[in-house]
Amino acid sequence: MSRLASDRRAPVRFTLNGASAEGEAEPRLLLTDFLRHQIGATGTHVGCEHGVCGACTITIDGHLARACLTLAVQIEGCAVRTVEGLAPAPDRLGTLQSAFRRHHALQCGFCTAGILMSLDHFLREHPAPGESEIRDLLSGHLCRCTGYTPIVRAALEAAVELARNAGGEKG
Amino acid sequence: MKPAAFDYVRAESLDEALGVLAAEGGDARILAGGQSLMAMLNMRLAKPEVLIDIMRLAELDRIEDESGTVTVGAGVRQATLMAWPGLGAKLPLAALALPWTGHVQTRSKGTVCGSIAHADPSAEMPLVLLALGGSVHLRSAKRRRRLAAGDFLTGMMATARADDELIEAVSFPVVAGGRCAFREVARRQGDFAIVACAAVGTRTGVRLAVGGVADVPVARDWPRLDGSALDDALNAFAYELDARDDLHATARYRRDLVRLIGRDLVREVLS
Repeated sequence: MSRLASDRRAPVRFTLNGASAEGEAEPRLLLTDFLRHQIGATGTHVGCEHGVCGACTITIDGHLARACLTLAVQIEGCAVRTVEGLAPAPDRLGTLQSAFRRHHALQCGFCTAGILMSLDHFLREHPAPGESEIRDLLSGHLCRCTGYTPIVRAALEAAVELARNAGGEKG
Repeated sequence: MKPAAFDYVRAESLDEALGVLAAEGGDARILAGGQSLMAMLNMRLAKPEVLIDIMRLAELDRIEDESGTVTVGAGVRQATLMAWPGLGAKLPLAALALPWTGHVQTRSKGTVCGSIAHADPSAEMPLVLLALGGSVHLRSAKRRRRLAAGDFLTGMMATARADDELIEAVSFPVVAGGRCAFREVARRQGDFAIVACAAVGTRTGVRLAVGGVADVPVARDWPRLDGSALDDALNAFAYELDARDDLHATARYRRDLVRLIGRDLVREVLS
């Protein structure tokens, strides 16, 4: 059994977007704050901190998760993907990101990191989604700029493009 | 906000988790999928001294289908049950209700048992367990016991679980060839239910269960009813639920929904 004391920092080793990473966390430290303040990966945004807004959505071992409802110490040994992992290179956007840009699927960008992570995960498992499936997925996110319609358009277009390029670059 | 400080235990066996629970009692909380508890910690509505994480216990991550009962272990996530191949044939009511249980992004982590342990009066999983006449398997270091859903759910976010107990699993009876129906009204699919109704065909008629109105989900068993007899039964039930006005809906609107949805579902199941 491992019991981590409330006032002590414990090492946390994990992989972040495929690269091994390490930090230290007290048990009560949320994964959002750990990623942003300890690891310096500020792409994951902090909104409501109770799992409703979706801005902090990431994947852990291939499953979607709210980072704000996860403790940093829980990801010991896990594979974490964040929005920083989406672009194929620092100066190039991925397919989904490019579609967001073309369709003006973001304005302030606060919710975007979480929405991109949900869509990236979803489109891998559902290569030919319908609009209602995309809208159902987006119900787990709050966007106060776009009215969602441009996000739906971008997602549908990206899905077609990703399916066409299947086997090639994944965005 | 951020949680208050606590010790974190990553249980490596069920006995370890039960041992810590026995020692710490009410100061400890079980952490499963965390989709309710973590939010409560962040808002400091819960301030346990110790969190016991049970999600690395493979023995709890099991769905067992035996002799007319589907038993879902404490580690089974809602998304896992939703993807279980037997769901549509064995637990059609759960298949109807799971898409309304939170969102894709919370079902991927949240557990079936965790939702029942949390006992939010508007939650779908306790409603389904009650409607099907299911039971909760409780376990402490000293004993095991099983409680019927109606005996386990005692009030708003209150259950009959003792401080040293955890939910090991929940059991849903398979209603072979039985008909069922589910409908919910919420601001958006996945948000908290304003009213959620589940109907299940029984040997003598129908059972209607309603969540989101009273402090706990409530079920009524009726013979085959129709016409004004059904309307009268629904009207009496709607008032017995003692609906209250809140931010989301008035008591009157909730009673209306119970009457309208209830009638549709009962007719659907009895047709």
